[in-house]
Amino acid sequence: MTPLRQSHELGLVLCRTCGLAVSRAALKADLRCPRCKSRIEHRTPFSTEMTLAFLIAGITLYIPANLLPVMHTSGLPGDADSTILGGIFEFWQSGDWDIALLIFIASVAVPFTKFIAIGLLLFTVRKNSRWQQHQRTVLYRIVEFIGYWSMLDVIVVALTSALLQFQLLGTAEPRAGIAFFCAVVVVTMLSALSFDPRLIWDRRT
Amino acid sequence: MSAAPTPPSEEELPTPAVRSRTWIPRLVWVVPIAAAVIGISLLIKNWENEGPRITISFLTGEGVQVGKTLVKYRDVTVGHVSAVGLSADHQTVLVSADLSKDAASLLKADTQFWIVRPRIGVGSVSGLDTLLSGVYIGMKTGAATLHERQFVGLENPPALSHGPRGRELQLHAARAGSLAIGAPVYFRQFQVGRVIDENLLSDGSTRVTVFVEAPYDGFVKPVTRFWNASGINVKLGADGLNVQTESLAAVLAGGVAFDDGPTDAVSAADDIQGDFTLYKNETDAMAPPDGEPHYVRMHFAQALRGLDVGAPVEFVGVNIGSVVAVDLGYERQDKSFPVIVTAKVYPRRMGQAYAVLAAQGKTESEETLAAFVGTLVKRGLRALPRSGSLLTGKLYIALDFLPASPRADFDASIRPLELPTVNGTFQELEANIGRLVKKVNDLPLEQIVADLHTDLKDLHETLSELHVRTLPNAEDTLSALHRTLDSADRTLDVESPLQRGLAETLLESRGTLQAVRELADYLDRHPDALLRGRRPQKMPGQPAAASSEANP
Repeated sequence: MTPLRQSHELGLVLCRTCGLAVSRAALKADLRCPRCKSRIEHRTPFSTEMTLAFLIAGITLYIPANLLPVMHTSGLPGDADSTILGGIFEFWQSGDWDIALLIFIASVAVPFTKFIAIGLLLFTVRKNSRWQQHQRTVLYRIVEFIGYWSMLDVIVVALTSALLQFQLLGTAEPRAGIAFFCAVVVVTMLSALSFDPRLIWDRRT
Repeated sequence: MSAAPTPPSEEELPTPAVRSRTWIPRLVWVVPIAAAVIGISLLIKNWENEGPRITISFLTGEGVQVGKTLVKYRDVTVGHVSAVGLSADHQTVLVSADLSKDAASLLKADTQFWIVRPRIGVGSVSGLDTLLSGVYIGMKTGAATLHERQFVGLENPPALSHGPRGRELQLHAARAGSLAIGAPVYFRQFQVGRVIDENLLSDGSTRVTVFVEAPYDGFVKPVTRFWNASGINVKLGADGLNVQTESLAAVLAGGVAFDDGPTDAVSAADDIQGDFTLYKNETDAMAPPDGEPHYVRMHFAQALRGLDVGAPVEFVGVNIGSVVAVDLGYERQDKSFPVIVTAKVYPRRMGQAYAVLAAQGKTESEETLAAFVGTLVKRGLRALPRSGSLLTGKLYIALDFLPASPRADFDASIRPLELPTVNGTFQELEANIGRLVKKVNDLPLEQIVADLHTDLKDLHETLSELHVRTLPNAEDTLSALHRTLDSADRTLDVESPLQRGLAETLLESRGTLQAVRELADYLDRHPDALLRGRRPQKMPGQPAAASSEANP
């Protein structure tokens, strides 16, 4: 099988916004996509650096997000500050294993997967690895996709706080942890977006 | 710029544009740095605020809420409850609390914790804010040097939660009366402290701990006397009705008052170290120290209705003790039932007499007292019941000198001392009145009344006779007398002829008398004239007489 030809070999540049393959020769000096007028570059500059920066920020923020309580509930059963892990533990112990699992996947598994996936992508790109280039592209797509769904616990807290306001019977209030969770999601999404998947296929020799 | 006609090499085109923006994408590193800074600052803050976690056990966890219930020291929040659970034996509630770091130094081995709930007492209302805010855990640091993380919570808040400066004093009393924790302590009707604790000691007496705030604790001296100021003291004395109370709160909640006692009487038991006796009332407190009581026994051969236990024993009118028992005895010899009265007396209350006693015996032993009483009995000391009040009929025991009483034997070796007795004056008075009444009863009253009636009738008759017969005659006699007096009056008048005649007669008789005197004088000088007759007289009076005398 003949190796795939790279875009620069064909003198083409891809617009990441609208997907138009532009001939390099046709590009104007301002490097705008002739169709959608967005910036067009052969490879997004500083892509790996920005991805790495956001990834590190995400991992850093993930620590207080888990240590600090995300929600404060008070009511007849008592007052409680719950962290994500504590909440999962409580749900699991009280028998609600399904809810525990859901929260675990949304709040722990997904962010972790994202950290590992982005880290893996960055590592392989830096190494100019030709390992599993296709699968890595699929992995990137998945990371980009599940980014939206990592907001699940943030939404849960937002909904609970909005709905559970019965004063004496029970109230729920968001706590600082959820802001960090939100930041983690945002930063990891930015990290994923900063990554230029085209780098997966580059191999500088 | 225009596009190159020939396909350019890939590096050629973007180079100038890219270089100009190199620093902008690098700004993205601000994000992880900021995240790290926030994370680290949170960690540092958390670590800095990370105080000790303590566990307090309470009997109930009423109102304690995780995260919401605060731990307060001097009304400042120093922590919050992080968990509430039961102990392993389900007997107590274990409340875990996270305290701030600066509160760690307050956690001594004797630090006290209690749940602050609204309390409404007579003396004070406290914790009303907890009605709205929910309960909180109060805290009072201790003095111990050991630090502790496990505490046993108090069920009732300590009376002094803020440790003001002052002095704690222990008051000992047989019974605490109506004193309550938090009851006020007064010095001259000025509140200077509070009762902070009450304990029932193993010997059954009570120990009341009071706290006197600075600077009033300076008023507590070795001679200070404490007394129970509860209630109202109503005294009916010679100067009228005297109602005394410290304050309305003291009436309701009780109270303790103190003041300087008699300065010359320093009791060894009361010292400035903080142990004082709590007296029943001010009178007791201010009385000179009684010393050891001595017991005396008296046999009365008469009924003593109205003599109660506690009735005073008075020595020449001075209260020196009280009756402690009234028993009925039995005498085999004459098969009588004497009343045996046991009383305790305080010889110290006899004042100067005691001083004499002390000088005699040096110590207040039973022997010296017995000897002393022996001499008193020889001089006529007798115990007798007396009526304290005619209204109530209550009796007291009086020890008085009755030299006229029959001689009594006094055995100084009997313990307790046996005092000779005589029957009470009131009883004698009663007997006399009885005899008097009997005599009155024996009088022939009816006979007397009948005689009196006859006599009165006679008198009446006599009087009526006097009226009818004697009085008219008397009237005639009186008018006759009047006439006689009238004529006498006229006769004696100055203008009456009798009077005038009398005056003339008197005048004449004076002339006559003068002549007689002249004659007598002449005869005296010339006794011969009686024989020769009167000689012619040249010179009247003395010269003639002198010449006549010189002649012979």
